[in-house]
Amino acid sequence: MAELAVPPGIRGRLGNGASGNMGNGDGSPYTPSPASHINKALFGLLMFIGSEIMVFSGMVSSFLILRAGTTTWPPVDQPRLPVAVTGINTLFLLLSGVAMYMAVRSIKRGQSGSLLKWLSGTVALGATFLGIQGFEWFKLVGFGMTFSSSVYGGIFYVLIGFHALHVFGAMLGLLVVVARTSAKKYTKYDCNGVMMCAAYWFFVVGVWPVIYALVYLA
Amino acid sequence: MSEHGNGHAEPTSFLRKYVFSIDHKVIGKQYLFLSLFMALFGGLMAYYMRWQLAWPETAIPGAGWIPEPMAFGGIIPPEFYNALITLHGTIMVFFVGMPLLLGALGNYLVPLMIGADDMAFPRLNMMSFWTITTASLVLMASFFVEGGAASAGWTGYAPLSADPIHTGVGWGLNLWIMALALEFTSFLMGGINFLTTVVTMRVPGMTMFRLPLMVWMQITAAVLFMLSVGPLIAGAILLLLDRTVGTGFFIPERGGDPLLWQHLFWFFGHPEVYVVLLPGLGAIMEILPVFTRRPIFGYKTIVYSTIVAGALSFLVWAHHMFVSGIDPQIVMPFSITTILISVPFAVIIFAFMASLWGGSIRFTTPMLFAIGTIVTFIIGGVTGIFNGSAPVDIFIHDTYFVVAHFHFTLFPDVFLGGFAALYFWFPKMFGKMMNETLGKVHFWWTTITFNMVFIPMFLIGAGGHMRRIYNPLQYDFLKPMQDINIFITWSAVALLVGQLVFIFNFFWSMYRGKKAEDNPWEATTLEWAAAPTPPPHGNFETVPTVYHGPYEYSCPGQETDWQPQHVEKGSVAA
Ligand SMILES: [Cu+2]
Repeated sequence: MAELAVPPGIRGRLGNGASGNMGNGDGSPYTPSPASHINKALFGLLMFIGSEIMVFSGMVSSFLILRAGTTTWPPVDQPRLPVAVTGINTLFLLLSGVAMYMAVRSIKRGQSGSLLKWLSGTVALGATFLGIQGFEWFKLVGFGMTFSSSVYGGIFYVLIGFHALHVFGAMLGLLVVVARTSAKKYTKYDCNGVMMCAAYWFFVVGVWPVIYALVYLA
Repeated sequence: MSEHGNGHAEPTSFLRKYVFSIDHKVIGKQYLFLSLFMALFGGLMAYYMRWQLAWPETAIPGAGWIPEPMAFGGIIPPEFYNALITLHGTIMVFFVGMPLLLGALGNYLVPLMIGADDMAFPRLNMMSFWTITTASLVLMASFFVEGGAASAGWTGYAPLSADPIHTGVGWGLNLWIMALALEFTSFLMGGINFLTTVVTMRVPGMTMFRLPLMVWMQITAAVLFMLSVGPLIAGAILLLLDRTVGTGFFIPERGGDPLLWQHLFWFFGHPEVYVVLLPGLGAIMEILPVFTRRPIFGYKTIVYSTIVAGALSFLVWAHHMFVSGIDPQIVMPFSITTILISVPFAVIIFAFMASLWGGSIRFTTPMLFAIGTIVTFIIGGVTGIFNGSAPVDIFIHDTYFVVAHFHFTLFPDVFLGGFAALYFWFPKMFGKMMNETLGKVHFWWTTITFNMVFIPMFLIGAGGHMRRIYNPLQYDFLKPMQDINIFITWSAVALLVGQLVFIFNFFWSMYRGKKAEDNPWEATTLEWAAAPTPPPHGNFETVPTVYHGPYEYSCPGQETDWQPQHVEKGSVAA
């Protein structure tokens, strides 16, 4: 296989994705083009995140347009949102982002023990975020705010729920990475899975403050 | 090497080789067949609509097989007519244009043109094809559910689409939304794949400005699609919730805003036009230099113009809403951006004309179709300026002028451009030459009958003939135009029947055509000059190294008049 011709140190930095170029076919050493230094899987994921950001933009714009078209927002018969609790919850989610950052730093330094520690912290904080949010939703439904009670309720559940779904999905990926970490699958040079998981986690953490500010505070 | 770089060996079983293949060339052909198959349906629907418009509420020849309550002995009721206009648009844009120009041409050509052995994510590529196939099945199934297929137009305007009480269509429209959602997912996967492939898998020497323009068009289209489809996905989720769980995002009585749907749809809709347009133009850009034997004029200018047009396309969407009751203050800015966007396209068209100027043109079938595309597209582009200008648009909006306009952009792009591409790359794809005589007959027949269909539509549109009406004879002021309607219908029948020439040529050549050489057109780009015909699994026998730009024709001091991208100057072309 031609990829053996690439020095191991370079291979590590490229990760799995970049080994996908073929050899010269005649047995001569593979000459990489400059472009092949980019990690394919991570690049693809970033593209995906870009289009997801546009889905969120669409939802946030819908929220803003619907709000602008209503004279009283929130409607008089609908409950107010739990601003303070969600504010604290926002802190939990931001902290999970910090934990994920520490996890990335650990594996970059080759400390897989501390990688596991920080990843578990991320999971715990993410689960706390979802738990508190679920609890608050229960209360809101109890106060008579549902999908169909008003456009206010509808767009709230769509936007916040869509984000929660993303956190949930990112958690599933995160759990896979945790399992692979405890099985000692990642090294300093081969940590593509961690990087991808982290990129997605930073995305779900990063969009939340925007949503919080627009939906709860504004 | 027993396996090539992406780590997959050449498959041997029938299923793995032809059905669940991960080879980009096979997947490209699968997209091709899917799009041609769907085009038959889209064309058939056009025929039913045209017949109804010419001879309203008479039995349509060839519609007798349609079961009740869609049609009654070949006579179609208004509900089914509305379903036809909806599905014709949906199919032609999303299930013919995109799979043909992006799915088939993009998949087949992008890896070959950049010298790669396959796409960056071959399995994702396979999944994207099977996702759009599922989407097609869902769409076709929607005809057979209670209440019939979606009938709110291909734009699915709310509140018509948001509440079943308006159209009587229940699950048909839900399935329509789901089919579109699957289609979007498919092309998101495809877009990610194309971009990653071009960014990471170019062979040594293949710099961004040595890419064939087709590759530039494909990746620009991919970026436009990925950045524009998000808001419509959001809109589709909201619309589906309106229809299923009783929210009212687009329903005024429940506090919603029907204009919101239009914003979300057209924010996607206008870039989407370019998603379909650019790869078609890309095919033209590949064909022109080959058959004029000279470099394309203004390579970088074309690339930059495309990027400018792509960026502007995100700022024009409200030109579809001039009569929708938007704030008049935002009309003028959108009118201005819309007229501005014709500038980069005019630049591209002038580059085409300059490329033709003084070339020693070889009038082959692909070249004829390429010229035909340019000429018809100019009419489409120029009439777009009428629509973009708000005061004119207020008069011609929702008339046949608009129908004629967008058919004059999309038909040349998808069909004339698509045919140009198929006649051009068929030898590479299937290893056989297509019949030139039949090809030329097909070209003249198609372009002439196309113009006979759509030029009269400009006239009746300017005369105030509304689009999306079931029976023009219900309106006294339209009655004098009925003869033109009948003429259009006969022309449309001729246009559709003429496609049999292509279908025959396509399949006959596939089995009986003259065997194609590796580089029958004497082209310079890698898929012709460096890859065998048809390319084997893994595409190239040795990895090509690129030394030149893509269009080095008629270079002085050369033995041949073309300089393949992968052959160093001075050395003799293989
Ligand atoms: Cu537009």
